[in-house]
Amino acid sequence: MNKTDVLIIGAGPTGLFCAHQLGIIGLSCEIVDNLDKAGGQCIELYPDKPIYDIPAVPECTGEELTNNLLKQIKPFNVKFHLNERVEELKKNQNRWHVKTSGGVEFDVAAIVIAGGVGSFEPRKFSVKECEKFEGKSLFYSIKDKSIFKDKTISIFGGGDSALDWAIELSNVSKVNLIHRRDGFSGVEASVQKVKELNDQGKLNLFTKYQMDSVSGDKQIETVKIKHDEGDIKEIKSDYVLGFFGLIMQLGPILDWGLNINKKTVEVNTENFETNVEGIFAIGDICTYPGKLKLILSGFHEGALAARGCFKYAKPDEKLRFEFTTTSKAAQERLGIKK
Amino acid sequence: MAKITYHTHDNKTHTIDVQKGLTVMEGAIQNDIPGIDADCGGGMACATCHVYVKEEWLDKLPAKEDGEEDMLDMAFEPKNNSRLSCQLIVSDELDGLEVNIPSKQG
Repeated sequence: MNKTDVLIIGAGPTGLFCAHQLGIIGLSCEIVDNLDKAGGQCIELYPDKPIYDIPAVPECTGEELTNNLLKQIKPFNVKFHLNERVEELKKNQNRWHVKTSGGVEFDVAAIVIAGGVGSFEPRKFSVKECEKFEGKSLFYSIKDKSIFKDKTISIFGGGDSALDWAIELSNVSKVNLIHRRDGFSGVEASVQKVKELNDQGKLNLFTKYQMDSVSGDKQIETVKIKHDEGDIKEIKSDYVLGFFGLIMQLGPILDWGLNINKKTVEVNTENFETNVEGIFAIGDICTYPGKLKLILSGFHEGALAARGCFKYAKPDEKLRFEFTTTSKAAQERLGIKK
Repeated sequence: MAKITYHTHDNKTHTIDVQKGLTVMEGAIQNDIPGIDADCGGGMACATCHVYVKEEWLDKLPAKEDGEEDMLDMAFEPKNNSRLSCQLIVSDELDGLEVNIPSKQG
């Protein structure tokens, strides 16, 4: 059981800055995120793309922003629980008992949901029969590549994951790479490499094709792919891999009794608390009149939610407003030596 | 205002006057038309505002910018007439546009 003042759900920029604000006012926190690294959408969707509207930062990338936020909260030694999704929430007297998908448990005074648009999950094939094979001979991510040795693998997608795995697996497996158009979104060097391998007969590239159906008994045996113009090809396959990026799902948050409005959580603008006492929501996941889905708005929301958490974490103490420039206590928490 | 017609997956048709300058995505969101999620809010970063444009409109729409086709690779059942509705800005030229909303976005 991890006992801390506040549990932050989501390690995107908003969650990270909220951790900073909690640290400044002397509260402890831990952060849970479904992804394998901090940064949220900034890292998952646009690590290299520039952002131009962070106050006093004329230009930075999603990755730079994340790294700077991590540096900013370093003094507080915040504990991260990555690859974990919060599943269960129970009120236990004045505190919350929280459990994650991996069985990590927390005992906290307050919860801040900074979950973006939900947790990232792989996008799946639209073909219904795929579900039957998922996790056995059809995958959306690779955990153990050794199972593909000397097998026939059909890979679907045109981004870096699809290209990288097609190139790597072509060394030990028979690879079919299927993509819906001639263009690819992966890096040019990989696209060239795939085309070379195709020319050398080390890989079979099918463009303008999409999945039509999969069949097999317990394991996949064949995959049918359909061309834009209607032509259908049947290809033998032991395994099917789909790389269509990630989609965001609100998931278990829907069952926590919060007022949900179009996939977002309603909050008040005084301290960004939801209709449930002790549960706050900030960043893209919260909604209120005038809400802007900007990172800077998330920072503001996090600062106020952190102060909202104070009365739950330290009910007998009074929070006094201070500036980091002059507050001795805040500077001590930041580890500044004078 | 321009009239945009959204055909939703439940076989309903919604014809809406959308203010010029808004996107086809925003027209749907503001009028509670089901089936367009627009998770990223219009940043061409999620492909959950994917629509199928009625064939005769395909050539009349502004060309796709870099990135839209890449993002469409991620969409649910993309076709040749797929577009991201956040990239279609409503103007006089788009008056009468009809789009079909897919059965789901992911």
